[in-house]
Amino acid sequence: MDESLPRPEPDVLSRGRKPVPGIPLIEARHLVKRFGALVANDRVDLSVAAGEVHALLGENGAGKSTLVKMLYGLLQPDAGQILWQGEPVALPSPRAARALGIGIVFQHFSLFDNLSVAENVALALDERAPLATVAERVAALSRTYGLPLEPGREVWRLSVGERQRVEIVRCLMQDPRLLVLDEPTSVLTPQEVEGLFATLARLRAEGRSVLYISHKLEEVRSLCETVTVLRHGRVVARTDARDESAASLARLMVGGEVAQVRHELTVQADAPVRLAVRGLSLAAEDPHGTSLVDVRLELHRGEILGIAGVAGNGQDELFAALSGEWLAPRAEQVVFDGQAIGREDINMRRRRGAAFVPEERLGHAAAPRLRLSDNALVAGHAANGFVRGGFVQRARTLGWVDAVTQAFDVRKGARDPEARALSGGNLQKFVVGREVLRRPALLVIAQPTWGVDAGATSLIRQALVDLAKAGSSVLVISQDLDELFEIADRIAVIFHGRLSAAQPVRGLTREAVGLLMGGAAATAQREAA
Amino acid sequence: MRRLVLERRSQTPLALTLASPLLAVALTLLSAALIFAVMGHDPLRALHIYFVLPLSDAWGLQEVAVKATPLVLIAVGLSLCYRSNNWNIGAEGQYVAGALAGTWVAIATHGQPHGPWVLPAMLLAGMVGGALYGLIPAVLKTRYRANEILTSLMLVYIAVLLLDWLVRGPWMDPQGFNMPQTVVFEPEATVPLLLEGGRLNLGTVLMLVVVALTTLLVLRTLKGFEITLVGEAPRAARFAGFSEKRLTWLVFAIAGGLAGLAGTLEAAGTVRQLQPEFAVGYGFTAIIVAFLGRLNPVGCLIAGVFLAITFIGGENAQIMLQLPLDATRVLQGLLLFFVLACDTLLLYRPRLVRSSTA
Repeated sequence: MDESLPRPEPDVLSRGRKPVPGIPLIEARHLVKRFGALVANDRVDLSVAAGEVHALLGENGAGKSTLVKMLYGLLQPDAGQILWQGEPVALPSPRAARALGIGIVFQHFSLFDNLSVAENVALALDERAPLATVAERVAALSRTYGLPLEPGREVWRLSVGERQRVEIVRCLMQDPRLLVLDEPTSVLTPQEVEGLFATLARLRAEGRSVLYISHKLEEVRSLCETVTVLRHGRVVARTDARDESAASLARLMVGGEVAQVRHELTVQADAPVRLAVRGLSLAAEDPHGTSLVDVRLELHRGEILGIAGVAGNGQDELFAALSGEWLAPRAEQVVFDGQAIGREDINMRRRRGAAFVPEERLGHAAAPRLRLSDNALVAGHAANGFVRGGFVQRARTLGWVDAVTQAFDVRKGARDPEARALSGGNLQKFVVGREVLRRPALLVIAQPTWGVDAGATSLIRQALVDLAKAGSSVLVISQDLDELFEIADRIAVIFHGRLSAAQPVRGLTREAVGLLMGGAAATAQREAA
Repeated sequence: MRRLVLERRSQTPLALTLASPLLAVALTLLSAALIFAVMGHDPLRALHIYFVLPLSDAWGLQEVAVKATPLVLIAVGLSLCYRSNNWNIGAEGQYVAGALAGTWVAIATHGQPHGPWVLPAMLLAGMVGGALYGLIPAVLKTRYRANEILTSLMLVYIAVLLLDWLVRGPWMDPQGFNMPQTVVFEPEATVPLLLEGGRLNLGTVLMLVVVALTTLLVLRTLKGFEITLVGEAPRAARFAGFSEKRLTWLVFAIAGGLAGLAGTLEAAGTVRQLQPEFAVGYGFTAIIVAFLGRLNPVGCLIAGVFLAITFIGGENAQIMLQLPLDATRVLQGLLLFFVLACDTLLLYRPRLVRSSTA
């Protein structure tokens, strides 16, 4: 075994760098970071004790990522100080942070799809080590911490949960004293979340500290001792998580009350079917994509159908097949109000009264460097009467922007700014509003509130509920189970390109859905079919 | 310690969009003055010869318009390609292919009167020839994913060598004392002059019409929006239901057609015959024109006039200062370099920051 490789056994912690009682492991004092006119971090204080699981809570854009990037040496603070075990330190690079004992698992994984687990881990090591040794260490670590992994497997074959394990193991190879996890559960099934929590408990028992970044209140309450709440770049509270309720944490995070989504389940099962998908199989274009296998669903008038599932299980492909960005092999595989539309393109489907909101706001739903009026044209040129004789009616697209702005409370600096100038929440309100305002008979929407602040989230969910109440049919593809349980009438789960039978939300538990998300469906599905 | 960092802008101010090419021109002039000084010339006099003299008499102005016509025609087509992320570098080849197609009509009708339809037929043939030649890299791109930069560039050499072979072989003027050139075109196969005794011809008017039409296309029509959207966000273009493949064909066909039109106008208006030296590089210079003109048809018009001035100024400098033609090429190259460099300012804001050592 290569002696230069750090060992993760607890005894190593006592070597050299013994934690001093009373002095925090890491402390940030008055950190300031500006980006142009925006103050992303305004005199932020943070202190994490040794052996503590500390939550960093805040909405998207509150400054959590900026703070963490400074702690990891990716960004340099404009002012303020970072202390490690009471000593001021400079962190000019991530390498320096790793040398101190800081490890981080980012929300967006940085793994090479075509390399194996061990190769990915070896690439990230600061010391050179033979691949065989790395593979052995990976296997040993994954056993010790309950993170099952096969070192020789290529990353593209792994599920999202497994990829996260690779990232965690990669951090543990460096024997960190502080492990930072950025929104780790947003892509996991409920069962995977439990597994992660067990691993974290083990790390804490070894005396390591965890900085846990999240906006999920229940998680923070059940997992963390202390919580620091950020809002608009400032620390607004630092309190004991166990003394707070989910509601009080929400108030701290948002800075006010958030409107509850009002939704009664009123759909009758005998309402006419608006959208039917029958035996749709579609091979993935992308070699790492997911093929759809014999997908069947029925969406009734006035109903919200939720499609749950861990990312990368065919959601993108299902959206493309429903929107017409990909055509189905046979027309009768997608039926809309009794018409076989499987071979019709996206604009023909729009003219029939369908509307679509894809997952990616910038680049898919909207072109970042084009004005909002032009982005109104992206989705509306075929069915909204924006074009006459080949010429664009600028007055109409601008008027549409004004209407969406008013109806969906889109906050922006100018009347018609470029899409990239809007915050994530406001752009999402625009791309949702752009479709909902048409009063479509069918709305297919993917990740309606991904990375969006609480206010916008509640507004968007209410808009979807109201749309369905008015008789439209809504299909929501979401990874957020809370969201689906809040607004959906029935939920189906997509796994490896197969869709389970939809079940009414009433009587359905998160655990049952979680099992399906993890692939326990295969047998149940066959019985249902 | 202070260091320069580039910050991403959330919004590009309009004034900056206009100022960036002007800054590039200013930097080019500054570098030019330096180069002239190093070569032992009075920089101010050299700049005067380059940029002022061509505009100071009627002959110079006419020559500028004659040179600007093919440059602007080609650049307008190229800017449609570049707007939609189609990197057509082969306009020179499309220009030659168009000229060959037009000349074929002129030679086939040579020797006896055919009537006024000959010139329109030549222009049409030129556009079709250029468009078909432009479609080759487009189809290679959409069908086989071949890189259009390479294929369009390589097709330039094929077209130029084809021209060379034709004027030395099948198309050589029988009464031309074995000189490698075609017959001089009949009057009915020649673009009419605008001014008696001058060189300015109807082609310049056609060019202005093309600028007006493409401006309308880009700013007001759905097709123009489609071109922009495919370039800005291909996935959003698919979401809008636009076909990237068909659009690639369309912009290559338009660019090739306009380059072919420019080639035919040059052959039938300015030169009135084909020689091996016909391809002087307008198709490459037009790339600079397109970027200097912000990929905007009216901008291309202004930039085309500016580049034409450097050509005429370069000829003046050759005569009066014995500066080599390469000096002009260096200037044009520097201009493209500065245009692209200054465009960084549109997307990023330079800022001096104190580098902190926390």
